Amino acid sequence: MLYFSKLRIIFITLISLLFIIFALSNLFNFDNKILNKKINLGLDLQGGSYLLLEIDNDPVIEQKLQNFTVTIRNYFKEKNIRITNFKLSNQTLSFTSDENSKQTILDEFASEESELNPYYQRFKSHQLDIVEENNFFKVSFSKQGIINLKTSSQDQALEIVRRRIDEIGTNEPNILKRGNDRILVELPGLDDPMRIKSLLGKTANLTFRFVTNDTEGSFGAEKLEFEDGTEEAIVSKRIILSGENLLDAQPRMDTENNETVVTFSLDRVGAKRFGKATSTGIGKRLAIVLDGKVISAPVIRDTIATGSGQISGGFTFQSATDLALLLRSGALPAPLNIIEERTVGPDLGQDSINAGMIALLIGFILVKLYIFVKYKIFGIITNIALILNLFILVGILTIFEATLTLPGIAGIILTVGMAVDANVLIFERIKEELKSEKNNLIAFDSGYTKSRTAILDANITTLLAAIILFFMGSGPIKGFSLTLGIGIFTTLFTVYFIARLLTVLYVSKNKEKEGLI
Amino acid sequence: MIAFNKYYNKFNILSVSLVIVSLLLLTFKGLNFGIDFKGGTLIELRSTDSKINVSSLRDNLSQMNLGDVSVKNFGNETDFLIKFENNENKNVIEEIKKNLDKSFGNSFNFRRVENVGPKVSAELLRSGVIAISVALFLMLVYIWIRFEWQFSLGAIAALFHDVIVTLGLFSLLGLEINLSIIAAVLTIVGYSMNDTVVIFDRVRENLRKYSDIKIFELTNISINETLSRTLITSVTTLLALLSIFFFGGEVLKGFSLAMIFGVIFGTYSSIYIANTVLVRLNVSQKTVLREDKN
Repeated sequence: MLYFSKLRIIFITLISLLFIIFALSNLFNFDNKILNKKINLGLDLQGGSYLLLEIDNDPVIEQKLQNFTVTIRNYFKEKNIRITNFKLSNQTLSFTSDENSKQTILDEFASEESELNPYYQRFKSHQLDIVEENNFFKVSFSKQGIINLKTSSQDQALEIVRRRIDEIGTNEPNILKRGNDRILVELPGLDDPMRIKSLLGKTANLTFRFVTNDTEGSFGAEKLEFEDGTEEAIVSKRIILSGENLLDAQPRMDTENNETVVTFSLDRVGAKRFGKATSTGIGKRLAIVLDGKVISAPVIRDTIATGSGQISGGFTFQSATDLALLLRSGALPAPLNIIEERTVGPDLGQDSINAGMIALLIGFILVKLYIFVKYKIFGIITNIALILNLFILVGILTIFEATLTLPGIAGIILTVGMAVDANVLIFERIKEELKSEKNNLIAFDSGYTKSRTAILDANITTLLAAIILFFMGSGPIKGFSLTLGIGIFTTLFTVYFIARLLTVLYVSKNKEKEGLI
Repeated sequence: MIAFNKYYNKFNILSVSLVIVSLLLLTFKGLNFGIDFKGGTLIELRSTDSKINVSSLRDNLSQMNLGDVSVKNFGNETDFLIKFENNENKNVIEEIKKNLDKSFGNSFNFRRVENVGPKVSAELLRSGVIAISVALFLMLVYIWIRFEWQFSLGAIAALFHDVIVTLGLFSLLGLEINLSIIAAVLTIVGYSMNDTVVIFDRVRENLRKYSDIKIFELTNISINETLSRTLITSVTTLLALLSIFFFGGEVLKGFSLAMIFGVIFGTYSSIYIANTVLVRLNVSQKTVLREDKN
């Protein structure tokens, strides 16, 4: 255990130097891409906002089944099969048919080539499940159908969330999928997430529909409240235009009425429809509906064929900007709920960094003093290894551009406290060996050898705890397990290479000295 | 040599009573779960006006229909921590901000806001419990591979003791259980195991060496031989933890406190629980040699 080849010494020195350089690179700016790596500070240290959004897929499922009624009716009409009594409740669509058509319907749903009910070859499952009892059918999404629906609405929602956040222009946002119905948003440096929260909380489903008095029209109508809550209007369910037809939207100051408006331009299909609706509907009121609330319902005075228009509705400049942003970035496929929020202000982050650093420094000094008092010259060796340990640990975090959190700093401090354990085990063992063995070299050698299993055991147990935490924990706690886990490896490296090397150098020069340790 | 074995029985009785009391506390008093595990809203405020105190803040907030609001100082006189269960109101933070600005005149800085929904808190609690269970299980497997079953039993008994008594103390003192406490408990599990394994390693070595010494004496010899290491490591770890506790800021207080308890219990249990299990199971040289043959 006491022999080091020249090559090995060079190797150890180089590795240590490399990590020290990387650790120090946090303090300087380099042009070089590799050298300019920095440890990322977690949201709890640099300040920022963490939002966990959950997609509410229930309305999507209802909507899909609602649309399906039309599809299925038309599909079987062509085959001269009459389907009646459509009813939608509890995410299940029920209908009835006659005895003769029963088998045809069931066959159609069960066929792998079915146009009505797509079959996922890979999962050996249809999109929909169907149950029949006395010519009474019940259709609902299958397990796989739900999964596919959730995944696709998550993909869409992620895209829209990204667009909305990009529009606001925050620093390096982190937008990630979680499970199949959640989206995680991390916004570093943002201390007031109010605006983003309100923007993400809106589905932004925009429709243009006529105001009617006739509740019995073929499309039906519904009573909707105005956004400001002052008025109600009966609005047809027939959609003239929707947000999908929008090419652009911008806030603008309307100098004529001295009011802030949102101007929009439409795509070709939209412009055509808008032109037609405004020409046939002169004198009628056209309601502009956002997420089930009427923003405004102006009276149509002229045909608008240019494919552009404006929405007024008592906006402030801020609310007009936000509405334009929402319209530009598109509607979410389903409502989002914020189910977890953690926001840390930048000054608290800075306070945490300061407190963490002071705690680290004081802990470090106390441990070093204690070890020096206990082991004198070998205490110095342990302390040198401890300093290098810290540098290498920080160096590794830097190379991987890992995220350092406040619990992560706690993990580093704890590593400092526990790192000396291995050296203590070795030195105590050597002391014992020296009681029966007069030759320093032999005693040191067997001290190292005999303490090895205990050191490995001790570190493996801590490593197990750190690994579990890494996979089970979230956010800041992950940072703790990361530094604790990496700390175990850096500790073993510094103990077995650096501290041992220094010990060997010292002992071989003082072979004959008694009471060496 | 210190005669640790003289007190084996006394400390066993103490430990068993501590575990029973802790279990009773956990069952009847329960744990003070923070918003991570219970759901709700937490706001950390700093005021620039030193005249504002906890009661004026509490009076103001209690008019807002937030339900059961807890307001207390956090670290110093001008920092406050507000907690309440937030069931439905989504814009509550904005409302509180407006209300406080109106009543106290823009003298608050919102330093931290945390809002955990009921679904997330239930998941966090579940994954916390799973994490600790998996950790205990893996330790069991590890020690099973490394040692004879008598040793595994001793180590696991010590581990359960440490976790239960630490949580019992948290229950007794009404300290908050949040995500960082789970991290602390897991680290305690690692530390306690580490400490036990070092002594066990020595017990096994001595069992092979001496055939004529009874386990009662032998554990005492082993404890003494490893004692200076046990103490030095405990002291350095405690030094690190104490510096986190005193200088690491309010956020890490609970975490470092749990760890400090854990290190003390862990050191104690390695000596007085893990070893006494070996004594009670009457481990002898045969136990180790049989294993060696396999």
